[in-house]
Amino acid sequence: MSAPTDLSITEARAALDAKKLSAVELAEPHISASEKAQSKLNAYIQITSELARKQAKESDARRAAGKAGDLDGIPMAIKDLFCTKGVRTTAASKILDNFIPTYESTVTKKLFDAGIVMLGKSNLDEFAMGSSNITSAYGPVVSPWSGADPANSNRKLVPGGSSGGSAALVAGRFAMAATGTDTGGSIRQPASLAGIVGLKPTYGRCSRWGIVAFASSLDQAGPMTRTVADAALMLRVTAGFDEKDSTSVDQPVPDYTTAIGASVKGLKIGIPKEYRIDGMPGEIDALWQKGAAMLRDAGAEIIEISLPHTKYSLAVYYIIAPAEASSNLARYDGVRFGLRVPGENLNGMYENTRGKGFGKEVRRRILIGTYALSAGYYDAYYLKAQKVRRRIRDDFTEAFIKCDLILAPTAPSTAFAIGEKQDDPIQMYLNDVFTVPVNLAGLPGISVPAGLGADGLPLGLQLIGRSFDEMTVLKAASALEKAVSFNHKPPFTA
Amino acid sequence: MIACLMSIDQKTVAKIAHLARLKIPEAEQNQLAGELGKILDWIAQLDEVDVAGIAPLANVNDAFLRGREDVVNDGGKLEDILANAPSKTADFFTVPKVIE
Amino acid sequence: MSGIVKGQTGEWEMVIGLEVHAQIVSHAKLFSGAATTFGAAPNTQVSLVDAAFPGMLPVINKKCIEQAVRTGLGLKAQINLVSVFDRKNYFYADLPAGYQISQFKDPIVGKGEIVLDLADGETRTVGITRLHMEQDAGKSMHDQSPTETYVDLNRAGVALMEIVSEPDMRSGEEAGAYLKKLRAILRYLGTCDGNMEEGSMRCDVNLSMRRVGDTKLGTRCEIKNVNSIRFVQQAIEYESQRQVEVLEGGGTIKQETRLWDTSKGETRSMRSKEEAHDYRYFPDPDLLPMKLDAAWVEEIKRTLPELPDDKKARFIKDYGLKPYDASVLVAERASADFFEQVAKGRDGKLAANLVTGDLFGALNKLGKGIEESPISADALGGLADLLSNQTINGRIAKEVFEDMLATGKPAAQIVEEKGLKQVTDTGAIEKAIDDILAANADKVAEYKSGKDKLFGFFVGQVMKATGGKANPAVLNELLKKKLA
Repeated sequence: MSAPTDLSITEARAALDAKKLSAVELAEPHISASEKAQSKLNAYIQITSELARKQAKESDARRAAGKAGDLDGIPMAIKDLFCTKGVRTTAASKILDNFIPTYESTVTKKLFDAGIVMLGKSNLDEFAMGSSNITSAYGPVVSPWSGADPANSNRKLVPGGSSGGSAALVAGRFAMAATGTDTGGSIRQPASLAGIVGLKPTYGRCSRWGIVAFASSLDQAGPMTRTVADAALMLRVTAGFDEKDSTSVDQPVPDYTTAIGASVKGLKIGIPKEYRIDGMPGEIDALWQKGAAMLRDAGAEIIEISLPHTKYSLAVYYIIAPAEASSNLARYDGVRFGLRVPGENLNGMYENTRGKGFGKEVRRRILIGTYALSAGYYDAYYLKAQKVRRRIRDDFTEAFIKCDLILAPTAPSTAFAIGEKQDDPIQMYLNDVFTVPVNLAGLPGISVPAGLGADGLPLGLQLIGRSFDEMTVLKAASALEKAVSFNHKPPFTA
Repeated sequence: MIACLMSIDQKTVAKIAHLARLKIPEAEQNQLAGELGKILDWIAQLDEVDVAGIAPLANVNDAFLRGREDVVNDGGKLEDILANAPSKTADFFTVPKVIE
Repeated sequence: MSGIVKGQTGEWEMVIGLEVHAQIVSHAKLFSGAATTFGAAPNTQVSLVDAAFPGMLPVINKKCIEQAVRTGLGLKAQINLVSVFDRKNYFYADLPAGYQISQFKDPIVGKGEIVLDLADGETRTVGITRLHMEQDAGKSMHDQSPTETYVDLNRAGVALMEIVSEPDMRSGEEAGAYLKKLRAILRYLGTCDGNMEEGSMRCDVNLSMRRVGDTKLGTRCEIKNVNSIRFVQQAIEYESQRQVEVLEGGGTIKQETRLWDTSKGETRSMRSKEEAHDYRYFPDPDLLPMKLDAAWVEEIKRTLPELPDDKKARFIKDYGLKPYDASVLVAERASADFFEQVAKGRDGKLAANLVTGDLFGALNKLGKGIEESPISADALGGLADLLSNQTINGRIAKEVFEDMLATGKPAAQIVEEKGLKQVTDTGAIEKAIDDILAANADKVAEYKSGKDKLFGFFVGQVMKATGGKANPAVLNELLKKKLA
């Protein structure tokens, strides 16, 4: 048996069932490694060691009584965007620094009911706004990867974002798996940069109840794991209709784990020509073609497709997401919870609280969003963006007449250094170019580690499927994972 | 046309900041005016897209609202509601006094 | 209250539109399962959703939708099968989310109408522009502490219907009639209890003035949250005068929101001065568009109760009532039902008189509503029967009525016990007349020489002598003969 921290969920379940180790023995190395690594990676906002130990004990008791859940004893990190009852939840923002929810999010409730052990709340970009995890009020997350170039081995690299903490922890084996949320790529892009699997389900597949809202029509919770099989299992546990969420869809949850190892013969895989963008690094294009070849070898058919409105996706996203966020974040006003900074009157209190409580990127996006909705601009910005969004969604609908899945790169580069790309917000926004269209269309998308770049850093490939067809997405992802056989570990691990 | 709406100046930033109840120091307002202007210029590429006759996308799943029964199954949790209050008296939230 | 203001330079006309916020009758709130009952201890009827905690999401209450549709149908309005909920964004202490969920571009109900019942039985039809659903805000209390405002979120999230009229009203009288009728319709439908004192029905008045003959609309002011019909009319009086004074003085009306100060009897500008709010309406992404099933709407229409206007028309036709009396009876459904119970198998006009005259008078004095009437409809019907079959006359009936109130005994029993049966025996009446005429020979002479008024005197005396029991018709006939 591998070291406890090297196990996948599938392997760990088998080991626990076979009594090769207990949940306590599985949790402890994760806890101590997490604590040790915290000063270097800053991947957690809070490590819940005592709680984890308690949960591990309870898990062992359940297993002994024959009542083990699907994920019983599995040590996980929870992105600090999920409200966890009795456990501080900050959204990586000063404005929620002292917030302790009196309620549990639906997704984390499902995970706890399945028996997970929570190692802690992982760090993220503030209010999930970012693709590098440098906007957190609790400091940036450092990726456990460093470049192959020894001259750069002390360069601190970003893990991607916004679910940067989760990605770093899973990649570094400090957590066996983690939850993320994805609004414009926040699961898939960090998964790509960190060399792990990250799945964004169809919009409405998992409940948003209890997740701090960023952009309501785009947000979706999803698993971040080291194998596709692990992601399938986590999705099976967390998916499902929630009557408390009006956007939740009442569709049955299939057993996603049956997708693993299933044949992809006859599947048509579309290669969108518009995703071959100007200035794209040659190695990413090469990897993309290699991935296509692998799937062809596994029996799939590769065809070229067109998604004509691709290039407008980022602009559409950077109107809609900030607009919805500007309204969703209005509740952070110092009245009922969170930070309050006094002012000479009510408005003064609001302005001081929000001015101090929100970081720069959040303030920037609130301003853009407020502007896009304001009198005289609504038609030109928000309304227009929602119309173009329909076009983007229709592009996919058209394409899925011809193919069953779409294969594309996940991110336009490998991990960059903390401090790079920071002067120009647009530079940062371009990180989302391949992921954002999927959120706009509400489709399921997964990033699978596909290789290393010349700089020795991970690159992922993305598979996009039809609405509620995570089965097919996972099938192809499983086949790709097998063909790629990605065995690389970051230099810094548990 | 987005393009001709362009030109964010510091005054506009101040106005928007007030709408959003964000206190932004004046120095930063200028910087933001530049940044926001750039972002909005970049977004102006949407002017190229023909959306005549296209309805805005309300929901990706084209679904309609689902309702719940008229049953009281919530509330009555005063403690939870006030648990995180930065300022409270008796069973009320308190804020700086408003003069109407 | 004619609606015309006589200024120094001529006559001015009022142009009035009313926006009514009516709290929907439902057990739970519009988007959460917290209770809606009035008067609960602070913050005890608040869901995490109402308090807008992080991650909370709205789910709509089906009953509230039904109530809004029912109201729209009661206003003969167009029901929009697809409508959208929008966020109205602004900051205030009693608005937890920093936005109110409302409907802006696509409301659930479109154009409709209300018929106003005016003095002298006149009617006038006023247009309804639209009706939409929205959340109520919580309550801010500014008078509990010198430095702080207290916030109670019990009311936050309660379902409201905002009903907007066309600017069709031209006087305080019409505004009052509009509110009375609207309130009656809402109460008949059971969609709102119309209690203005408790705040379940609130009125904003939009008023502008223009010279008589002008067709253009002047600049209007909005007077917010006036909580009684009387205050609405007072506010209209004051504001119309104020605007005319400004306009005649060469000034212009500033479009603004004003408050009605009950103690001072005037409207004043709201002190928290903001430029016009930019609400940044956009469709709420936590909610989906609402689609109603046409057959379901039809079913609601089919099961609507008879509304005041139709009931009034039926009372006039079937019971022969005067329009005014019919109006009074249909103002409250309970009164109308009570009346019909009394009138069943009886003379409608008689029943109406007893109900609107004697009973309403007594209830007013007692401060009770018809639901608490000490005299039941059947009991009152019993009294009506005694009148119809001439057992007692009108005066005696009044005495019996008082007794019924005091003792709760049925009319027949009281008449029996007190021996109040009407005297119809011509012999007895004749004798009483003879006695009175004999005792008042001087007055007889005055009457015969032209003082006709004395006839009433003789009637009164004979009535007194018979303990009020003489049959008035017989008395009159005999007296006439004797004095001829």
